[in-house]
Amino acid sequence: MSATTQTASDAPATGTVDAGEIAKFEAMAAEWWDPKGKFRPLHMLNPCRLDYIIAQVAAEFGRDPDQPRPFEGLRLLDIGCGGGLLCEPMARLGAIVTGADAAAGNIPVAAVHASQSGLDIDYRHATAEALADAGEQFDVVVNMEVVEHVADPLAYLTACRRLLRPGGLMVCSTLNRNPKSYMVAIVGAEQVMRWLPKGTHDWRKFITPDELFALLRGAGLEPVDRKGFVFSPLAWSWSLSDRDLSVNYVTTSVKPVD
Amino acid sequence: MDERIDMLIVGGGLVGPALALAAASAGLRVRVLDAAPAAALADPEFDGRAYAVAAASRRMLRALGLWAGIEGAAQPILQVKVSDGVAGRGAAPLFAHFDADELGEGPLGHIVEDRFLRRALLAAMAESPLVTVETGARVIGQAEVPGGVEVTLADGTTRCARLLVGADGRGSQVARRAGIGRTEWAYRQTSLVAALEVERPHEGIAQQMFFPDGPLAILPLTGNRVSIVWTEDTTRAAAVQAMDDDGYLAALRPCFGDFLGQIRLAGKRYAYPLGLSLATRITAPRLALAGDAAHGIHPLAGQGLNLGLRDVATLAQVLAEAHRRGEDIGAADVLERYRRWRQFDIAALATATDAINRVFSNANPLLRLGRTLALGAIEAAPALRRRLMREAMGTAGDLPVLLQGRAL
Repeated sequence: MSATTQTASDAPATGTVDAGEIAKFEAMAAEWWDPKGKFRPLHMLNPCRLDYIIAQVAAEFGRDPDQPRPFEGLRLLDIGCGGGLLCEPMARLGAIVTGADAAAGNIPVAAVHASQSGLDIDYRHATAEALADAGEQFDVVVNMEVVEHVADPLAYLTACRRLLRPGGLMVCSTLNRNPKSYMVAIVGAEQVMRWLPKGTHDWRKFITPDELFALLRGAGLEPVDRKGFVFSPLAWSWSLSDRDLSVNYVTTSVKPVD
Repeated sequence: MDERIDMLIVGGGLVGPALALAAASAGLRVRVLDAAPAAALADPEFDGRAYAVAAASRRMLRALGLWAGIEGAAQPILQVKVSDGVAGRGAAPLFAHFDADELGEGPLGHIVEDRFLRRALLAAMAESPLVTVETGARVIGQAEVPGGVEVTLADGTTRCARLLVGADGRGSQVARRAGIGRTEWAYRQTSLVAALEVERPHEGIAQQMFFPDGPLAILPLTGNRVSIVWTEDTTRAAAVQAMDDDGYLAALRPCFGDFLGQIRLAGKRYAYPLGLSLATRITAPRLALAGDAAHGIHPLAGQGLNLGLRDVATLAQVLAEAHRRGEDIGAADVLERYRRWRQFDIAALATATDAINRVFSNANPLLRLGRTLALGAIEAAPALRRRLMREAMGTAGDLPVLLQGRAL
């Protein structure tokens, strides 16, 4: 989930690997995909993230999400793909999915799990900048909880814009910066609940929705939607909110056609 | 992994096929496995069994397009009378009375014979391009495989899917093989079940009378027929079941009373020993349980099938939402949503049904006075009565959309 170390020169982690390595990757994949394990917070948030992405993509490209494989033929890139928690659902919905992660170790892990699931996903050890420099273009770029980790958000979002074909759509989520988000994301999630390892987030790098909209515009994108991800302790689940963007939130922007 | 199948259901009774059709309505590809030969499934003999189909269950059957084929054989329940009986003296003077007109939401439920439900489900499965039924298919093994689950049949062949559902009844072998234990207790009671022809019209009234040895339910069937569920302690039930038809009717009459005039048997007589059987968990990796495989409750409130259909509506909705999101329908977090949604409902109803039975199956005069007063109080308190009626109709609580009569 981290895209902090953005080096384009490392070779993609594909090719032949020995059986011991595969067993290790399988164990790590099991860890990524264990809803009660290390990545529990992501598993809990995932349905809500998927609902948002699906609704935005369906609306933008005129697809009916009730049809089988509604995203057939759409090229989608997930930046910071981790174990593939977003890539696999998108591939099941018919998208041609590329998953990129700056952490080399995630790539074979995600690939092993996709093959167990019978899905064809192109996983690459690469950064957004490297993919953009290679001239890759996508209909959809999914960019979830990455921007608060990068050194230069504007340069990063500019690379994301280059990765979109004209008319393409980017979904970008991050964390708001205010006293409440400090209490919830740092004190609550890292120190009290221990949902996340200490030091996962640097609160000072969190971005307010207005700042993110300004950055997106600065990168040459047109922001079209923003919603909050709100956790309800009573239902023990996340839901989308039109008004409450105080901690986790998500945006959609499009790349202008001209 | 069989790429063409999303879900394998073991058990071709009522809950399994209902789940297959509900899931197929959301675009899932389903295979139903049943050990019984095709002929036995296709042409069930009338075995006297009938179900109280609650209003919410009926709405779900309608949303799945099944109700039109069942309605003609369904008897609406217009009133329910619950009374405390004294053996040899019939119903006590105080009784609780539930009238559909009081709620203004249509009949309280319908009584439908098992065979008509089965036929409607089989016909619909035969028409669905997404549902395959395999008869004579006895499952002898099951195992998790990468990305799915594989079952082995007695003939040595295997079937794969992303999710396995055990709808194979209270003796569920699917649950046993998954290492899921059961909490079971027997009631030392047996239900005698038979259909009767009666002289006077039943007017759509269902009767539930509580006698010291157990309850007697008189459920209206179409025409001048009723189905009885007559529960006695096991020794007495065995003695009654061993009598000839005249002896049986003579033993029944003091409880049944004469409000429907002359009675005679309209079919075979059956005996079902009663017990509560709850699975300790309703999910396991790549596995979910539904219906009696998850929870066999005492049948006195007529809620067994309704509870099973609530499982179906809940599981189908959880799976439909996961499928629409592109999630793996057999993944642990998807199954956890089903478990969380169902667990409270199952525990509450099993406990309530067991408690009602323990209190009412008792000849202690103090308890008898207490419950007679309680039933009288229900009669006197319309708000409480309407609440109980809604609960029995299955329309209270956080309802899955199918039970609200909407499609997935």
